[in-house]
Amino acid sequence: MEWIGTISTWIIPGVILFILLVGLYRKVPAYEAFVEGGKEGLKIASNLLPFLLGMMVSIAIFRASGAMEAFTSFLEPLLNLIGIPSEIVPLALVRPISGTAALGMTTELIQTYGADSFIGRLASTMQGSTDTTLYIITVYFGAVGIRKMGDALKVGLLADLIGIIASILIVSMVFG
Amino acid sequence: MVNYIWMFMAVIGIIFAMFNGTMDEVNKALFQSAEEAVAVTIGLLSVLVFWLGMMKIAEYGGVLRALSRIFRPIVTRIFPDIPPDHPAMGYILSNITANLFGLGNAATPMGIKAMEEMKRLHGRNDASRSMITLLAINTSSLTLIPTTVIAIRIKYGSISPTEIVGTTIVATAISTIGALIIDRFFHFLRIRRGV
Repeated sequence: MEWIGTISTWIIPGVILFILLVGLYRKVPAYEAFVEGGKEGLKIASNLLPFLLGMMVSIAIFRASGAMEAFTSFLEPLLNLIGIPSEIVPLALVRPISGTAALGMTTELIQTYGADSFIGRLASTMQGSTDTTLYIITVYFGAVGIRKMGDALKVGLLADLIGIIASILIVSMVFG
Repeated sequence: MVNYIWMFMAVIGIIFAMFNGTMDEVNKALFQSAEEAVAVTIGLLSVLVFWLGMMKIAEYGGVLRALSRIFRPIVTRIFPDIPPDHPAMGYILSNITANLFGLGNAATPMGIKAMEEMKRLHGRNDASRSMITLLAINTSSLTLIPTTVIAIRIKYGSISPTEIVGTTIVATAISTIGALIIDRFFHFLRIRRGV
């Protein structure tokens, strides 16, 4: 599996080299273009800060108060009913809300149950196949100032649910 | 909806802390997370400036146009309301490709830039159909190689740290296809409501 490591170190410099060579060939004023694009990045980041800060503070309050834990244990029986193992329930519920919390939980599950246990493999798969919906929506919509997000949150959360159920089914089938 | 979720988390959290005796933790978390958000933004700032700078060169050099031409048949079906030659297409493809290779740092600036172009196309402050589709694709996660998870597995002595790559790819594929179907379904509902 060494080639994976090699690819991941080479890919970014490779992409940059490619872009620059094409720029050279097409006679793009590369440095000026770079600065122009960079300025846009600066503007985007400053637009983003209030959205991100607001969301992260709200999540932190919810988590630090212990409400998130209560919420998780409240929903646990319900999720057990559709076959979601209870050890994984907190991870499944936190994954869409907080990326760092989910990563922490995955690490904890792997540490407690072992990386090659059913729960360890399930946590690994779930961590890799879902993403932090709330963060993505905040960043992508926040950066460009979209205020009415339509069905985005509903679609994102339902996609997470599918990812979680798919992870459980596949890990059960492959490693069961 | 996000308004309510945001309020809900903060209000419930504070009220819960009153009864749970965790007000100290809430106090600490409040300011710690605000600081953390600034740190995250600064972390994003460097990749945003760098990648959007590089992408500007790619845009002027015609790389984005070429990229969208290659994948046009698939992507025009997923994003039917974006003109095939529009710069948004190039950014959408860069976002998807970067995600596939697990280059989260490069994917975010492209995704934001795609949103910006789509907002220009849409001309309003609410989310357009294709914006929701791009979010659906991103939230379902497209990673081919989950490097962070593999690293954790190595750290905790897995015999085969990469054995979950296969299950992750299948689960990701299912959730992405699922996300696209759900997205289509909600779009269909919106049309029926006449929005």
